[in-house]
Amino acid sequence: MRHDHLLSAKQLSRGDIEAVLDRAAEMAADPGAVAEAHDDRLLGLCFFEPSTRTKMSFDAAMKRLGGDTIDMGSVESSSVKKGESLADTVRVIEGYADALVLRHPSEGSAKLASEFVDVPVLNAGDGAGQHPTQTLLDLYTIRENAGFEDLTVGIMGDLKYGRTVHSLAHALTNFDASQHFVSPESLRLPRSVRYDLHEAGAQVREHTDIEEVLETLDVLYVTRIQRERFPDENEYRQVAGEYRIDAELLESARDDLTVMHPLPRVDEIAPDVDETDHARYFEQAHNGVPVRMALLDLML
Amino acid sequence: MTDTELRVSKIENGTVIDHITGGQALNVLAILGIDGTSGEEVSVGMNVPSDRLGRKDIVKVEGRELSQNEVDVLSLIAPAATINIVRDFDVVEKHRVSRPSEVTGVLSCPNANCITTESEPVESRFEVLEEGVRCTYCDTIIRESIAAHISVE
Ligand SMILES: [Zn+2]
Repeated sequence: MRHDHLLSAKQLSRGDIEAVLDRAAEMAADPGAVAEAHDDRLLGLCFFEPSTRTKMSFDAAMKRLGGDTIDMGSVESSSVKKGESLADTVRVIEGYADALVLRHPSEGSAKLASEFVDVPVLNAGDGAGQHPTQTLLDLYTIRENAGFEDLTVGIMGDLKYGRTVHSLAHALTNFDASQHFVSPESLRLPRSVRYDLHEAGAQVREHTDIEEVLETLDVLYVTRIQRERFPDENEYRQVAGEYRIDAELLESARDDLTVMHPLPRVDEIAPDVDETDHARYFEQAHNGVPVRMALLDLML
Repeated sequence: MTDTELRVSKIENGTVIDHITGGQALNVLAILGIDGTSGEEVSVGMNVPSDRLGRKDIVKVEGRELSQNEVDVLSLIAPAATINIVRDFDVVEKHRVSRPSEVTGVLSCPNANCITTESEPVESRFEVLEEGVRCTYCDTIIRESIAAHISVE
């Protein structure tokens, strides 16, 4: 890839995406071939908020390339707690590592970090902003299961604060996918994302009811609705219940519908969906390692 | 000189900002960081009749010539403004404002979760869209009442 940093899915062209996915497929087929590819490299894991799975998959990816990782540890035990700025923290860690993976609770944090360091910065989630490496593994999963031709995707749940949704929606504009967004009114896509989709000429429709579109979908991407987003518990329960899928609901879907979720889930996908052929969310999570290996291989 | 222009006093050296969108004069002063405390001599005409705009505001600042950066930001809230630089009572330069592609350090991001609102060593930065502006860091778009987000020390 030509980019120095991976900050947003907006910077990824179709060619970039396909290069990563092709490389990931090669690596998944023959992991041994790259076992020592980056054995002199160190990846800095800067996680300002907890994320077991994203952190572990970067850790695994780097180690499977023969490299190693260093970890700044939990925010509670670090200098950040003492009021150090993000700009200072990344400038220090830059001296220890060949690239930085950053997860931070504030939007725009990865962009800011990239302005202070010369090593590549990979955005592993900035607040409600972007999560481009998740998008690449989502796209890998979509390509494996549904392909990119004539694709219709439904994205359901918390579309307002869901950074994985924001990144995926941008990326799908490269493939002329038809996108259906399903959410409660209060959690619809933010203005900035709608603006970008419009600018990209994307085919977009918004709904409040999944049943309006379910049977037309190749892929249903479900995200979690967080309790913290609602002022009171009742309001949350009412909304969350309407955006929950189970095996019975999926009977009206196409047989080859792929159901995805950027885990962890709480109760938006009933356990009985796990037993159906639709469930691809664990496979999706596993794809994180080869996709992040491919990305690191191309960027380091 | 028209009647309208006579409503506010002539200045010897400084800047006359004319054709400001009616009601925006105080925001223009905010952008320029003028609050009267440092003794500048300022005349403000608000909602005076204008052939071009119906109603317009005028700001005259004695002893101060505007920088390009300041003029750029004015364009966001007063797109029709004209800038007259006055020396020895004569207008020596006349500029129309033009929309910049970006404004730096003038607006503050309305997204409380944006990294630029924390104590980081960066200035805010906004891309200027056809309608409104957009934070370069968090992508938040401001369309309505841009002037409310002006943060000049
Ligand atoms: Zn912002």
